[in-house]
Amino acid sequence: MMEHIRLPKVERVQLADRSSSRRAQVGTLYLTAFHTIFVDNEVHNELWVLHSLVCNVEKLSITSCGYPLLIRCKNFQVIQLLIPKENDCNDVFVSLLRLSRTERYEELYCFSFMPNVDKAARGQAWDFLNLKAEYNRMGVSNKLWHTTSVNREYRVCDTYPADLYVPKSASLPVIVGSSRFRSKGRFPTLSYYYRETQAVICRSSQPLSGFSARCLEDEQMLEAIMKSNPGSRFMYVVDTRPKLNAMANRATGKGYENEDNYTNIKFQFIGIENIHVMRNSQQKLIEVSDLPSPSMGEFLLGLETSDWLKHIKSILAAGTFIAKAVAEEGVSVLVHCSDGWDRTTQVCSLASVLLDPFYRTLKGLMVLIEKDWVSFGHKFSHRYGHVVEEPKEASPVIDQFLECVWQLMEQFPCAFEYNERFLISIYNHVHSCHYGNFICNSEKERKDLGIREKTHSLWPHLWKNKVDFVNPLFRADHSQTKGVLQPLTTPYCFKFWRGLYNHFDRGLHPRQSVLDSLMAIKEETQQLEEVLTIYQQKLAGVGREQANDLFVKKHGMKNSQGLWAEPTHIRLANSPQDYNGGNLVSGPKDLLPQQRKTNLDLSLFGDTSESSDPDNSDQESEGADFSCHSCSGGASPPSEDSVKDPDSDDPAFNNA
Amino acid sequence: MTMEFSEHIKTANVDDVVLKLPLRPALKGTLCVTAHHLVFSERKEEGSYQLLLLLRSVDAIEKSVENLLGYPQYPSAGPGQRMTGLSGSSGTIVIKCKDLRILQFDIPGMEECLNVASSIEALSSLESVTELYPFFHRPRELSLSEPWGLSSPQQQYAQTERLWDRWRLSKVNRNFSVCMSYPRTVIVPCAIDDITLAKAASFRQGGRFPVLCYYHRSNGMVIMRSSQPMTGANRKRCREDELLLQAAIDESEMGYIIDTRSAQQAQQARMAGGGFESKAFYHHWRRLHRHLERGKVLQESLIKLVEACGDPSQNMDRWLSKLENSKWLSHVHSALSTAGLVAECVERDGHSVLVHGFEGTDTTLLVTSLAQLILDPASRTFRGFLQLLEREWVQAGHPFRQRCAHSAHSHARLRQECPAFLLLLDATWQLGRQFPLALEFSEVLLLRLAQDAYASDYGTFLCSSEQERCALQVKENTHCLFQFLLRREEREKYVNPLYEATDLAIWPSVHPQSLQLWTGLFLRWTEYAQTMDEAREEIWTIVKERKETDRPKGCAHTTLSRHDSFTNVENLMDELTVL
Repeated sequence: MMEHIRLPKVERVQLADRSSSRRAQVGTLYLTAFHTIFVDNEVHNELWVLHSLVCNVEKLSITSCGYPLLIRCKNFQVIQLLIPKENDCNDVFVSLLRLSRTERYEELYCFSFMPNVDKAARGQAWDFLNLKAEYNRMGVSNKLWHTTSVNREYRVCDTYPADLYVPKSASLPVIVGSSRFRSKGRFPTLSYYYRETQAVICRSSQPLSGFSARCLEDEQMLEAIMKSNPGSRFMYVVDTRPKLNAMANRATGKGYENEDNYTNIKFQFIGIENIHVMRNSQQKLIEVSDLPSPSMGEFLLGLETSDWLKHIKSILAAGTFIAKAVAEEGVSVLVHCSDGWDRTTQVCSLASVLLDPFYRTLKGLMVLIEKDWVSFGHKFSHRYGHVVEEPKEASPVIDQFLECVWQLMEQFPCAFEYNERFLISIYNHVHSCHYGNFICNSEKERKDLGIREKTHSLWPHLWKNKVDFVNPLFRADHSQTKGVLQPLTTPYCFKFWRGLYNHFDRGLHPRQSVLDSLMAIKEETQQLEEVLTIYQQKLAGVGREQANDLFVKKHGMKNSQGLWAEPTHIRLANSPQDYNGGNLVSGPKDLLPQQRKTNLDLSLFGDTSESSDPDNSDQESEGADFSCHSCSGGASPPSEDSVKDPDSDDPAFNNA
Repeated sequence: MTMEFSEHIKTANVDDVVLKLPLRPALKGTLCVTAHHLVFSERKEEGSYQLLLLLRSVDAIEKSVENLLGYPQYPSAGPGQRMTGLSGSSGTIVIKCKDLRILQFDIPGMEECLNVASSIEALSSLESVTELYPFFHRPRELSLSEPWGLSSPQQQYAQTERLWDRWRLSKVNRNFSVCMSYPRTVIVPCAIDDITLAKAASFRQGGRFPVLCYYHRSNGMVIMRSSQPMTGANRKRCREDELLLQAAIDESEMGYIIDTRSAQQAQQARMAGGGFESKAFYHHWRRLHRHLERGKVLQESLIKLVEACGDPSQNMDRWLSKLENSKWLSHVHSALSTAGLVAECVERDGHSVLVHGFEGTDTTLLVTSLAQLILDPASRTFRGFLQLLEREWVQAGHPFRQRCAHSAHSHARLRQECPAFLLLLDATWQLGRQFPLALEFSEVLLLRLAQDAYASDYGTFLCSSEQERCALQVKENTHCLFQFLLRREEREKYVNPLYEATDLAIWPSVHPQSLQLWTGLFLRWTEYAQTMDEAREEIWTIVKERKETDRPKGCAHTTLSRHDSFTNVENLMDELTVL
C-alpha cells in the first residue's frame, strides 16, 4: 500500500472542530499504509483513522486559511482538515482516495495486523466459539434432527457452512433435490431449535417456483421439517419480502411457495424492504443526524421521511411474529427472502434473541452472529464495502439487526448482559477489517483465503475486555431476563439511536453515565465483600496482612476504571452550549488549564504495536470538547444587535 | 357543607361493577361515590384490590348506556343488590384522569350508571376552593399546627449574607396592595425605597415589578424577574422603574433583559398597553428576545401529544408526524435553551439578568427556575428543588388554579389552562437524563408533582397567589405537600440513588437528538413504563447492596412504609361517617 502514498507527511495542518466554535488544532498529518494520523503540535494529541473506515473524501471550496478536506467515516466520524498548500491537499486527497479503496482482500488491515501472539494462541483464539457446541446447547442433534454431511466441501451450496442440521427424516436425495429448487442452492436448514416446544426456525432462499413449477423433493423437505415438530400439525412459511417484490420474482422463475402444493403450510408475507431501499433510507437518516443545527421540527420531520424507524419496526415485528409462533403456538417456521442471506438472517437472529436468554449474554450474541451471519454466508464484504465492488451491493443489514437489539435493550433495560458499547464495538469491527471474522462473503471464501491462518479473531479480544461491555442492570434471575421477550412494537417504543449515529458528537450525549456509575458501585460492593470475607477469616485467626492489602485496594480502586470508563465527575465533561448563536459580547471561551493538559485521544484504532486496542477509540477522553453544534435561536431574531432595534423609529416596525 | 356534597350523590353504592384498568385483568366489585373520592373494592376475601380515586383528578368522563330490557339479567347473586325498574340495562363510564390514566367502569343498571356519572361530573368540578379535598384531608400522622411551606423570602434573605450590602427585604406588598400576585415580602435593591417600588409597580403589568429571584454566589450576579413594562403605544416611561433596574447593577456593568417573547410580539404588545424596556431609557441593559409559547398554544400542544401517545394505530409515520405536530418537544427545547442562555449570561459572562414575558407568571418562571437548576447546586437537592418550586411557582404567583384546572383529556372549553408547570417538570426530567447523578430527586418525584399540581390531597398547589391563600386560610386548613414529601419515610421513595453533589453548573445539550419524549409521564400507564420501573428498582437494589456491605453490622434499612395508603383509607372512613 505504501506506493499509493504520494505524501507521507504534511505540516501545519488544521484539524477543525466541527461540533463547536472552538479554535482548530494545528499539527502534522501523516499518511501510513493503514492509518491517517494527525498529531497536534502543542499537546501532541493524536488522532488515528483507519483507511478502511473511510467512506469518502471530499475537497471543499477553498477558504482564506487553506484547502479544506472532509473525511467521512463508516462509523459516522467526520474529520475536517485544512491544508495550507493546494498541491499538498491534492496529494493527500488522491492518496486517501486510493488508500481507502482496497482492491484485493490481501491488502486489508487484518492481514497486516500482527499482535504479539504465537501461532498456537491464534488458533485457540479462532476456536473461542464453537458452533457445534452451540447446536448441542440448543438440543440438537436429537432423535428428530441431526447433522448432515451433504455440504462437506461445499458441494451442494457454496454459500452455506459445511456443517448443517436437517430433519433426520429428510434423505440425501430430498436435500439435494430441494437445493436445486432453491436460489443459490440454499435449501431449508435448521437455524434455531426451541427445546421447550420442539418447534424450530429454519431458513432458506426462495423457491424457483416461477408461475407454476413444483419440486417434489422441496415439498418433501418442508413436510419433513413440519413433521419433525410432533407438537404441531402445520408450519409457517414466512416470506420476509413485500408481496409485490415476491410476485415480481416469479417472472424470473423464482418466487414463493404455493400453499396448495405443500402439505399443511401457512404462508405469510412480512413486508421488509430490500437492500436498496434500506441503503437509501439510512443515507437519509445519516443526513438528518448530520444536520448542523436542526430545529426539533426539522429533526423529527427528517426522521420521519427517512423511514428508517419504520423499517426497524418491520424487522422487529417479523422477529416477534416468529418468536411467538415458535414459543406460544409451538409451530415451526421456515423463513426466507430472495437469497436468504439478508432479511432472513436479520429476522432469524432477532427471533433467536427474543426466544433464548443465552443470546442476550455477551458470549451468546457473539455465537449468534458467528452462526446466523458469518457461517450462513451473510455477504459482509459486499454489504460493508470491504473491497471495491459494485456500490449497489452495499446495505446496512447488520446495522439494522444491531439496532433492533438496541431498541430491545431500551425496552428491557435489565434483560441483556451486554450494553450499547458492545453493539457499537461490533458495528465498528464489521467495517474496520481489523480482525478477520467479517472478511469475505462466505465460509468457503474464508477457508480458501486462509483467514484462520493469516488473520486474528475478534471475539476473544472482545471477551478479554468484557468489563467494558457489561450491563450492570443485568441479573440472570431477573424476570425480564428469563424466558421469551415480548416486545411492544407500538411506534412510540422506537427511538433514534443517538449512540451510534452521533457517536462522535460528544456534546449530544448525557454528560454523566448511569452505566459507569453503577459499574463503579458494583465493583465497590464486590471489593467490600472481599474485605468482609477476609475480616471474617481474620477473626478466625487467618491472614491479617492479606486483609490490610485488600483494604488498601478498596480505597485506591477509583482509579481502576475500564477502557470505556468516563469520569463520573463533570468538571471537565461539561461546558455550556452556544445557547445564543454567538450573540453575547464575550470573547472566545478559554478552556480550563486542566482541559489543555489532558490528552485528546480520538484515535480510532490504535497503533499496530503495543496499544492496538480498537475499543480505545471510543474512550471518552477528558479533554475532548463536549459542546456541540450551535443551537439555533429559533426563527425569531436572536438579539437586538442582529436586527434593527425595535425601539428605533424604523418605518418597518411602525408598519407592523 | 356535607349536605351540599350529598345532594350530588344520588347513588352512593353500586355492586357488581366491572373495573378495567390499564395493564390489569378486569375486576369485579363495589363502586362507591363519596364527597371527594371514587372507591372501588374488589369483592374477594383475600388480597382484594382497592382503588381510591380523587374525584378532582377526573379530567373527562364519558358515559354510554344500553337498555337491554328483555335480555337475561346480569348474572349475580351479590347480597344487597337492589332491583330497579331498569334491571337488564347497563352502562359504561370511561374516566380519563388528569394524570393521563384511563379507567372504565361497567355498571349494571342504567339509572345507577347515570347517577354515578352525574355525581362524578358535579363533584370533580367543584368551584369553591374550600370545598376541595385538601380542606378535609386529615392524615393521622400530620398535624395542622406543623409549619406550612419550607421557607419564606425573609428566611432566604437572612441566609444569604452576601446579599445584605446591596439588597434589602421590602414589605411594600404587605397588604398585597402593590401587587396582587406577589408575596408580602420581596427582595429588592437597597437603593430603592418602597415609594419608588410602588411607582415602578404601577408601570408593570399586574404590579409585578422587578424583584430578585437568584443570587449567584461565585460572582455576585443576580437573576430578577418581572412582568412587561406598560409603555404602550406612546412609549411611556417610568423613572422609578428605570432607577430600580439601574440600582440592580453597578454603573459600569451591563445587564441583560431576556424577553420570553419574540421582538415582534413585544412590539405588538405595545398596542395593548404593554411593551418592552427601550434602550434609550435603560442604558445599561441589553435586551434579547427568545420566543417561548404560552397559554392556549401550550395547552393544545399537550393535548395533541397525549392524543398521539394514545393513538392505537401501528403506523410509524403517523406517530412521528403527530409527535412533530404536537410541538411539545420544541417547547421543551425552547425552555431549556432560553434557560441555558440566562445561565450563560450569569455564569460565563458575568452579567445580571432580568427575565420577563407578558404577565411574568408562566414562561418567566419556567426560565428563571430552569436557569437556577443549571447554575445552583442547592436547587438540585431534594429540599432545594422543592424550595425552588415553592419560591418560583407557589409564592411567585403562578396561577395554578386556572392553569391546572383541566389537563389533556378534558372536553371543556379551554379557558386559562396551560401546562407551564408540566413543561418545567419535563425540562427538569431532561436535565436529569443528561446528568443522571446531579439531581438528588428522581423521576418519581417529578411524576408525583405532575399529579399533585392537578389534583392533590394537599393544599400546596391550591389557589393562584399568596393573597388568595391567605384569604381562604389555606395554610391553616390544609397540609403542605412539600413538608409531607420531606418526611423521612416519604422522601425515600423519591430520591435518586445515584446522586453525587457537584458544585458546577450543569449545561444541558439542547440538540434535538439529546431531548427525548418523557415516557415516564406520557406513557406512564403502558407496559413500556413497567419495564422502566423494574430498571429503577434494579438500580436501587445495586445501591442498597453496597450500603449493606458497607455496614455489615447491619443498621437495618428503613422499609418503605405503607403509611400513606393506610391513612387514606382511615381518612376515607371518616369521610364516610360524615356522609
